[in-house]
Amino acid sequence: MQDILQQYKTTKVEEVTVWFKAAAVKDFPKDGGACIKYKNKQIAVFNFTRENKWYACQNLCPHKLEMVLSRGMIGDDKGTPKVACPLHKKTFSLENGENLNGDLDAIATYPVKIEDNSVYVGFSE
Amino acid sequence: MEKIIVIGNGMVGYKFCEKFVAQEASKNFSITVFGEEPRPAYDRVHLSEYFENKDAKALEMAPRSWYEENKVDLITNARVTDISRKSKTITTADDTTYNYDYIVLATGSSAFVPPIKGIEKEGVFVYRTIEDLDATMNYVAKLKAEGTQKKAAILGGGLLGLEAAKALVDMGLKTSVVEFAPRLMPRQLNTDASKSLQTKLEALGIEILLSKATQQITGEEKITGMQFSEEETTPFDMLLVSAGIRPRDELAKTCNLEVGTRGGILVTNDMRTSDPNIFAIGECALLNSMIYGLVAPGYDMAEVAVAQILEDKEAVMPSAIDMSTKLKLSGIDVASFGDALNENNGVEIVYENGYEGIYKSINVDKEGKSLLGGIMVGDASDYSMLHQIFLNGMKIPENPAELILPATDGAASLGDVTDLPDEAQVCSCESVTKGQICSAIENGEATDVAGVVSITKAGTGCGGCKPMVADLTNATLKSLGITVKDTVCEHFDYNRQDLYKIIQVKGYTNFNQVLDNHGNGGHGCELCKPLIASLMATINADTANKEYAIQDSNDRFLANIQRNGTYSVVPRVPGGEITPDKLIVLGEVAKKYDLYTKITGGVRIDLFGATLNQLPHIWRELVDAGFESGHAYGKSLRTVKTCVGSTWCRYGMDEAVSFGIELENRYRGIRAPHKIKGGVSGCIRECAEARGKDFGLIAVEGGWNLYVGGNGGATPRHAELLAEQIDNETVIKYLDRYLMFYMRTAKPLQRTAAWQERLEGGLDYLKEVILQDSLGIAADLEEEMQTLVNKFECEWTQAINDPEVMKRFNHFVNSEENDDNLVFVPLRDQKMPEPWS
Ligand code: SRM
Ligand SMILES: Cc1cc2nc3c(=O)[nH]c(=O)nc-3n(C[C@H](O)[C@H](O)[C@H](O)COP(=O)(O)OP(=O)(O)OC[C@H]3O[C@@H](n4cnc5c(N)ncnc54)[C@H](O)[C@@H]3O)c2cc1C
Ligand code: SF4
Ligand code: FES
Repeated sequence: MQDILQQYKTTKVEEVTVWFKAAAVKDFPKDGGACIKYKNKQIAVFNFTRENKWYACQNLCPHKLEMVLSRGMIGDDKGTPKVACPLHKKTFSLENGENLNGDLDAIATYPVKIEDNSVYVGFSE
Repeated sequence: MEKIIVIGNGMVGYKFCEKFVAQEASKNFSITVFGEEPRPAYDRVHLSEYFENKDAKALEMAPRSWYEENKVDLITNARVTDISRKSKTITTADDTTYNYDYIVLATGSSAFVPPIKGIEKEGVFVYRTIEDLDATMNYVAKLKAEGTQKKAAILGGGLLGLEAAKALVDMGLKTSVVEFAPRLMPRQLNTDASKSLQTKLEALGIEILLSKATQQITGEEKITGMQFSEEETTPFDMLLVSAGIRPRDELAKTCNLEVGTRGGILVTNDMRTSDPNIFAIGECALLNSMIYGLVAPGYDMAEVAVAQILEDKEAVMPSAIDMSTKLKLSGIDVASFGDALNENNGVEIVYENGYEGIYKSINVDKEGKSLLGGIMVGDASDYSMLHQIFLNGMKIPENPAELILPATDGAASLGDVTDLPDEAQVCSCESVTKGQICSAIENGEATDVAGVVSITKAGTGCGGCKPMVADLTNATLKSLGITVKDTVCEHFDYNRQDLYKIIQVKGYTNFNQVLDNHGNGGHGCELCKPLIASLMATINADTANKEYAIQDSNDRFLANIQRNGTYSVVPRVPGGEITPDKLIVLGEVAKKYDLYTKITGGVRIDLFGATLNQLPHIWRELVDAGFESGHAYGKSLRTVKTCVGSTWCRYGMDEAVSFGIELENRYRGIRAPHKIKGGVSGCIRECAEARGKDFGLIAVEGGWNLYVGGNGGATPRHAELLAEQIDNETVIKYLDRYLMFYMRTAKPLQRTAAWQERLEGGLDYLKEVILQDSLGIAADLEEEMQTLVNKFECEWTQAINDPEVMKRFNHFVNSEENDDNLVFVPLRDQKMPEPWS
């Protein structure tokens, strides 16, 4: 089971080699998230409509290794954008993946860009 | 530079380092700590939490970096095997030697394993370290994979044994506590208190076997049972031994330090052993012929050792050491303090309420002037206060019974926290006084409980003092003229009731309006979003489809998320009445989508294991067959449980089913601060368990008796009688008022029972508001409720008829595929998610 965790590595903008066109902006809920598939990865993409910002992270919650984070509620913790896992409400920063209310390992985050009303997620492979 | 070697990096060994480096003079010393365990010291007191979250890091007393920053040389995985007092050196298991000027022995204790025949068998565990818990959990997982119900025994009914029993029950094992003595917690409780505790534990599903001497552990290699006598052998699949502790004095013995006849390193009240350069502190130390098996005395010993090494010869342990304890079991209140068993022949006062499962006893001196000790089972809410009265020798009421009698007229007979003397020790683990807590706030260093805790460390040990720390914090803030508000979260400076009024008056219809106009900026969070969603539902009759991104995770997908991220499907079956045809539809749908099927505790049918994509398809079939959402996911009406009543039953006084269905259909879909359940019984035999519900009706001669504010769950409470012998119409009128009043004024996630209990003025006040309309709001309440009833729409019917809403149920936005991470395993003739590793 731990191997699926290994698939997800934080990718910085400068490391991006592939901008994957995931879906149209309108396919994502406002102030909410949805999941996309890239190769064998599941990536949660969040639309912070209030500030027109987008974030992406692994869909896998490191707590119990379930593919659920895209279904979590988003918000902020003292200004840091975050997602709360729908299973046990562990919260993660969407800026650096850090677990904000516990000591779980950080989740992997990925850059997102919007062009021509499409959502692109950046990968390095 | 002098060299200190600390042997043992447990709770007390760590505390020694922490207290030592905090002293200015410590820079003239170097400290090296040896710990036999693989990780830095952790909080053993809260070890049981590891069963739930397996998070070893969360238990750490301090991270490794702390030791580096404070120049404490920590060597883990290193057992010290020898001390040579002549050459002033110690040797570790890998044969390295180190010099010392002082040694602090903090080797703690190990679990005592009685020499019972067969105790070495596979499946027998102890409960002391994280590794012990890992081994236990692995074994439980192995047993559970076999599929049949497994049985565990705990040897020892003391503090730790009961904690362990709760953990095993929570893991799904059938659990029995085996105690040699004729009562539980024999060192803290008397026979009556033990009986009261036993009833509570049995209600949690823990079996209690008292006066049992175990002769032998049966089984070939693995344990299969325990033999208590020639005639009596009980089968068990595993055993956890919690029969006491043995001080680890083996090192002391290697260098001929004096030890007690029954173990323990002999120390005087300056914590020095028979060698003045060697100290012993914590559970390995034998002081006053006692081993003190609690952290608080251990921490005090650490402080004394620090002072002694730094040449403060005055610092010694007090002659009386407090051994008060509170059991840390959620849902069970047990505490004892002082001379709990009345060994000094004080005058005993007992209060017992078998109905509510409360037992309290105290003993006071012959003159009735001071409190000597006491026990409380079932309600330990006054523990902190009584403990303080005892510790500080405070004055007690002329009639000492008032200390334990339930308060009348809402007036608490106990003193106020503000009456405590400044030097009263509120947190005994960290030795924090009331004065320190209050001055942290008065100096402006802290402005809330979290701040007080981080500055003073109060409440970071066993946590037993937390309620008192909170009370003191609030009282001090109040005395400074600062109002304490129970705000929702960082995004709003309002509580639920304020937001209710704001939304109602301003007529807001979405979350952003409320956040933009009344919030503190940002995006909101998982606390304020669902709360506002619930308020919008109560005020505007919005369903969860309206603004689904602010709904709690279950409401967002109109289904309860399960362990593996799949969902359950619970259609409404009003009153539990269902036609054979509908029953067949449920069976067919379950078969078609391969769903695990079960009758719920709420007497309806739950289909588990539906993937997100399947949900709308399943619901389309159910809606077509005439089903509606059962709102099992919402903070809303769940079920109204009924008995057959006079329709069939020979004792029935009224038609419980018909009325139950009417009520369920009336209140379905309405969102509240927490879930609501109802029950209707046809006579006082109460087969529908109506008094265990938020509202309950029992048919009697001349009408219905209406009960309110009951629940099951962790703190079960019987509903209280609101009105007697009323007709159907009056029931609905009162219920409309009651529920709406609750929905307007309760805190988020507060069920009716908790709300009612904290309502100022209690049931009498509630009766005035609901029956006599003392606030003049009854007509409004009824009208608001009627509006909600009229606006009801089934959320699932809405969802499957709206293509926009349907999009929500795809696992991926860019693919039709499903979650490939899902693994099911067979379970009896059905399936279940693969267990978590
Ligand atoms: C399915 C069911 C167990 C079963 O297999 O029988 C169940 C399952 C859950 N219960 Fe329950 N409870 C179920 C009957 C009960 C009962 C029995 C009853 O209703 O008579 C009780 C005790 C009565 C009571 O509520 O007072 C009960 C007391 C709780 C509690 C404790 C509530 C409390 O006030 O202390 C929770 C926790 C909570 O709500 O915060 C809870 C929470 C839950 C949750 C929602 C936990 C969760 O968040 O995942 C479970 C998921 C439900 C689901 O469908 O996935 N469940 N739960 C029962 C569904 C009844 C139904 O048809 O809707
Ligand atoms: C499940 C559980 C619940 C508890 N609940 C409570 C409670 O609610 N309230 C309360 O007050 N107390 C409670 N306790 C007791 C409390 O944990 C102990 O009093 C406390 O841990 C004692 O601290 P210590 O440092 O003396 O011993 P320990 O914490 O046992 O530490 C001793 C350390 O020394 C190490 N060691 C031993 N010999 C050597 C050697 N030769 N070389 C190197 N290292 C060595 C050991 O491996 C161990 O890590 C509980 C204990 C348990 C197990
Ligand atoms: S409560 Fe009364 S009416 Fe209902 S089943 Fe029991 S005995 Fe019959
Ligand atoms: S699985 Fe995500 S918090 Fe538990």
